[in-house]
Amino acid sequence: MNRRDDTDTTKTGSTRETPSLFRLEREGNVAVIILDDPDDKVNKLNREVMDQFASLLQEVQSDNTVRGAVLISGKESSFIAGADLGMIQAASNREELEELSRTGQKLLKKVEESPKPIVAAIHGSCMGGGTELALACRYRVVSDHPDTKIALPEVKLGLLPGTGGTQRLPRLIGIQRALGYMLTGKNMYSRQARKTGFADEMVDRTMIERAGVEAVRRLANSKPERKDRRSLFEKLLESNAPGRAILFSQARKRTARQAHGNYPAPPRIIDSVEYGYKHGKEKGLENESVLFGELASTPESKALVQLFFDMNRSKKNPFKEHATSVSTVAVLGAGLMGSGIADVSIQGGMHVWLKDRTLDDAEKGRSRIEKRLAGDAEKGLLTKVEKESLYSRIHITDSWDPLQRTELVIEAVFEDLELKQKILADVEAHTGSETIFASNTSSLPITDISKEAKRPENVLGMHYFSPVQKMPLLEIVRTEKTSTKALATAYETGIRQGKNVIVVQDGPGFYTTRILAPYMNEMLLLLEEGAAVEDLDGAMKAFGFPVGPVALLDEVGIDVGAHVAGVVGELFRERGAETSAKADELVENDYLGRKNGQGFYLYNGDKGKKSNKEVNTDIYRFFGGEDRKAIDREEIQQRLSMVMVNEAVYTLQEGILQSPTDGDLGAILGLGFPPFTGGPFRWIDRIGSCEFSDRMARWQDKGGARFNPAPLLEEKAKRDEPFHSGRSL
Amino acid sequence: MGPHTPTANDAVLVDGGRIPFQRSGTGYRDMLAWELGKLALEGLINRSGLHPSHIELVILGNVIQEVNTSNVAREAALAAGLPDDIPAFTTTMACISSSMAVTTAMDRIRTGQNRVVVAGGVETMSDVPIRFKRAFRKKLIEASKYRSFKDFLSFFKGLRPSDLLPDTPEIAEFSTGETMGGSCDKMCALYGIGRQEQDRYALRSHQLAAEATEKGWLESELFPVPGPDGEFIRHDNAVRPDTTLEKLEKLKPAFHKSYGTVTAGNASPLTDGASALLLMSREHAGELDMLPRALLQDYHYVARKPDEELLIGPAIAIPQLFDRNGISLGDIDVFEFHEAFAGQMLTVLHALQSGSFAKEKLNRSRAVGEIPMDKLNRWGGSLSLGHPFGATGARLVMTAANRLEREDGKLALVAACAAGGQGHALLIERI
Repeated sequence: MNRRDDTDTTKTGSTRETPSLFRLEREGNVAVIILDDPDDKVNKLNREVMDQFASLLQEVQSDNTVRGAVLISGKESSFIAGADLGMIQAASNREELEELSRTGQKLLKKVEESPKPIVAAIHGSCMGGGTELALACRYRVVSDHPDTKIALPEVKLGLLPGTGGTQRLPRLIGIQRALGYMLTGKNMYSRQARKTGFADEMVDRTMIERAGVEAVRRLANSKPERKDRRSLFEKLLESNAPGRAILFSQARKRTARQAHGNYPAPPRIIDSVEYGYKHGKEKGLENESVLFGELASTPESKALVQLFFDMNRSKKNPFKEHATSVSTVAVLGAGLMGSGIADVSIQGGMHVWLKDRTLDDAEKGRSRIEKRLAGDAEKGLLTKVEKESLYSRIHITDSWDPLQRTELVIEAVFEDLELKQKILADVEAHTGSETIFASNTSSLPITDISKEAKRPENVLGMHYFSPVQKMPLLEIVRTEKTSTKALATAYETGIRQGKNVIVVQDGPGFYTTRILAPYMNEMLLLLEEGAAVEDLDGAMKAFGFPVGPVALLDEVGIDVGAHVAGVVGELFRERGAETSAKADELVENDYLGRKNGQGFYLYNGDKGKKSNKEVNTDIYRFFGGEDRKAIDREEIQQRLSMVMVNEAVYTLQEGILQSPTDGDLGAILGLGFPPFTGGPFRWIDRIGSCEFSDRMARWQDKGGARFNPAPLLEEKAKRDEPFHSGRSL
Repeated sequence: MGPHTPTANDAVLVDGGRIPFQRSGTGYRDMLAWELGKLALEGLINRSGLHPSHIELVILGNVIQEVNTSNVAREAALAAGLPDDIPAFTTTMACISSSMAVTTAMDRIRTGQNRVVVAGGVETMSDVPIRFKRAFRKKLIEASKYRSFKDFLSFFKGLRPSDLLPDTPEIAEFSTGETMGGSCDKMCALYGIGRQEQDRYALRSHQLAAEATEKGWLESELFPVPGPDGEFIRHDNAVRPDTTLEKLEKLKPAFHKSYGTVTAGNASPLTDGASALLLMSREHAGELDMLPRALLQDYHYVARKPDEELLIGPAIAIPQLFDRNGISLGDIDVFEFHEAFAGQMLTVLHALQSGSFAKEKLNRSRAVGEIPMDKLNRWGGSLSLGHPFGATGARLVMTAANRLEREDGKLALVAACAAGGQGHALLIERI
């Protein structure tokens, strides 16, 4: 309950006719400026907000009964969610983008230079522009609540903090710490905010306004006393130009290593900070605007901003009115996937019956979640009782009896068609007629699983990715018979589990596994041609995948890869594409990947930890011996990415995908397809469908039918048309 | 007795059970009472498959209260993931604390104030509140007002070294200062209950509990919980399947050392445990598609002067409850009585069939009757399964309902005695 929801304000002073996005209250001789956009769940910074804020600042300056102001949010758990990205998308060229930055900077300068102190009172998420606004304030109070998160996440959008963030943050908390936050976009929680010196004061959320008001009164007479909270080492390095030079050069090396030059923002953020130290803050700010304009016009940033919008859209259920509420879920199988699904479900407020064959097996799954919760409690993100209460939402069982009333059953048992059919029959026998059955299969067609189902309208696929807690995607698979109600309910559940949801039609491998299969196939064929494991993984990581294909196969299991190849391979062979049989051969020889310590890489003992990425050269005996050929990095990148992207076009053509946007989201969020490309379809659009198709054709001599462009791609190429309508990136 | 006419507001038992009872200092030695309560609530939700948001009230019995969690029902409910907006309170009435929880729930359901109530109880004897002695406590509280160094110097004035020794709670009557075992000794002497009878009864309890455990009858009321060693605790561990009359006879009297008959072998052991029942109105159980298993028909409480009649309560409560409901012993198919001590059980059984007891204490012309042993505590009792004070009452109700089903009976009688000279009886009808 937020007392500021109460618009009937009759406390000290008068409540004036205030502009719509803000309310202005008086606490004696201090103005309290409450940002509360009535039409949005969160506050965002846009032109209207900035205009209104500027005029409020003016009022504060001219009213000589006011000594200063507190800026606070009227929202329950959010201060300012950041700048309105619509402004960036609407800007038509680099100059306009630069101007956007300058306008914001001008306003923040007024805040910073206001003779009357402006104090930020922060509770809840404080992102991007919100953080920069807080930085311009003379004093910052934060609530000690776990909802309070401060961040400059611009880097994730291929941008830099363009309203003074790259200048003010390093000057407040130190260069190295500031770079840490700006280069990763990571959250700064209350305790860290206090420790770094970002926050001058930390109090309970009910008291941030009071503390802000008191701070204004104190500061009206004196400057804030702020302790330098940097370590001695940080101070030594940052206080002189040669020290800083070392520091910046180290940071550059680090980001280059991580981003492989695919992301232009991190080096520019470092540039911007360094420029400010070399030429002073004023010049630094000017330069920041220029760099902001440059970054915001890159195709990488545009792709990332678009991705941000698409991700938000995938958290809105288009079938919402058909959904029934799910309060109890049963998860069958308490392995890594099952316990992961249970974990995200309890976080979404559901109660979960986690069933396995024995209580001990079920308990193993539950104790994994317990460990995760204990970790969060240790970090102060959960209280002891909150932890207990979350943990208590998991009910382990070895019996079907408690499942009678569950609304949704998700199976995460071994990938075996007959087993899944049997489980479905068991579930139908033990649950009500409304219970939805979801299979977390990664490749088996749902139609096959539900062949014998009594209520096939209740059956669909909910394909999660491992580790479930971290991977944001949920791929929902509908069959011809799946009801809209079941689909809508699964979608709603996915959103509550914190997932970005795409809906695809049934088929072998659905969308994600289907496009992964030719990618893995091409990797195995390259190995057969003599490629080295480290070259393959190195090339694809440089291309922008978080994990190389060989390491990925080890992770998911070579047996799983072989199984997928079995399910999907027929489709390729029908098209005359060559498929590798090596996965099967490896499995026959007991090479299963990380799970049994026998894979492409060496693993220490039974713990299965990677021993500094050493290749298991023994495995080369299946690929023509230990003498490896150097294969051009670009060849690897092109061949692997093309077969995957081309397969994505096939799925769109076949109606498995509903839209290219779903395809982009699915590949990025589910498979780690490089986000800066915008996804397979935006990648084609960026290169041009015609050019892309030509590039593929160049590999036909070597790869044959694998590099035949999908008919839909050819069609697009013929007309030189993009997959996404609207402006290209 | 005429058949009960079902009404919408009947209080019915839908599901329930308990975590396995463990001798104090064993399976639950690292847990506090709120944690045990949490496990029982979790077990109930797990077993019933009911989403906890349907629960409207939680009532748990508890006897020895940890001062930091004096309303242990609330702490257990919060920790068990029950929604924050479900009120919870703790009842205390010695060994019938959770009976009190159950009958309070009955009242609230029958008067239409609640539709779904969880009633149960919790006790740990592995962590009792050990305090400083009164004189030292008094000093400590005074010290919070000390200002000067001189004040602090006065701290030890008037304190004796023995005041610094810890003060452990005793299972004794506060009003008389007598231990409960001591009272039982006196009661047995008064009613002529011998040592051998008591040991025989204790042996019977252990043998029956062992049989019920072995045959899996108890599983319907046990919620397995993960134990401290990574193994699941699935069974009660106070049961001694291998005990014999010879072993029991060798034990020395524990209270009245020379003439007493109560030993560690024929008294209920110190036990940790928790229980929870899901009670609903008959109508709402139907709405939630839950199967009502037993009707909680009527109950009664009595109290006597807490002297040598300290534990005779059931013998007083039962006939009064019978009279009110127009029934007699012959109508009862299942008897489920709390076994505080073998001597206490035998005294109660003796009193019920005694004509003089009926005349003197009950103001009745004839004895209440003899309870057929083949219908009494067939799955063991507190002597063998254990007796976590606050949790036993609800266990009796669940066991009685389960036995009605297995033994194909209609009517069950639950009865229990409690410290303070109080007693309780409850009628349950199988649905």
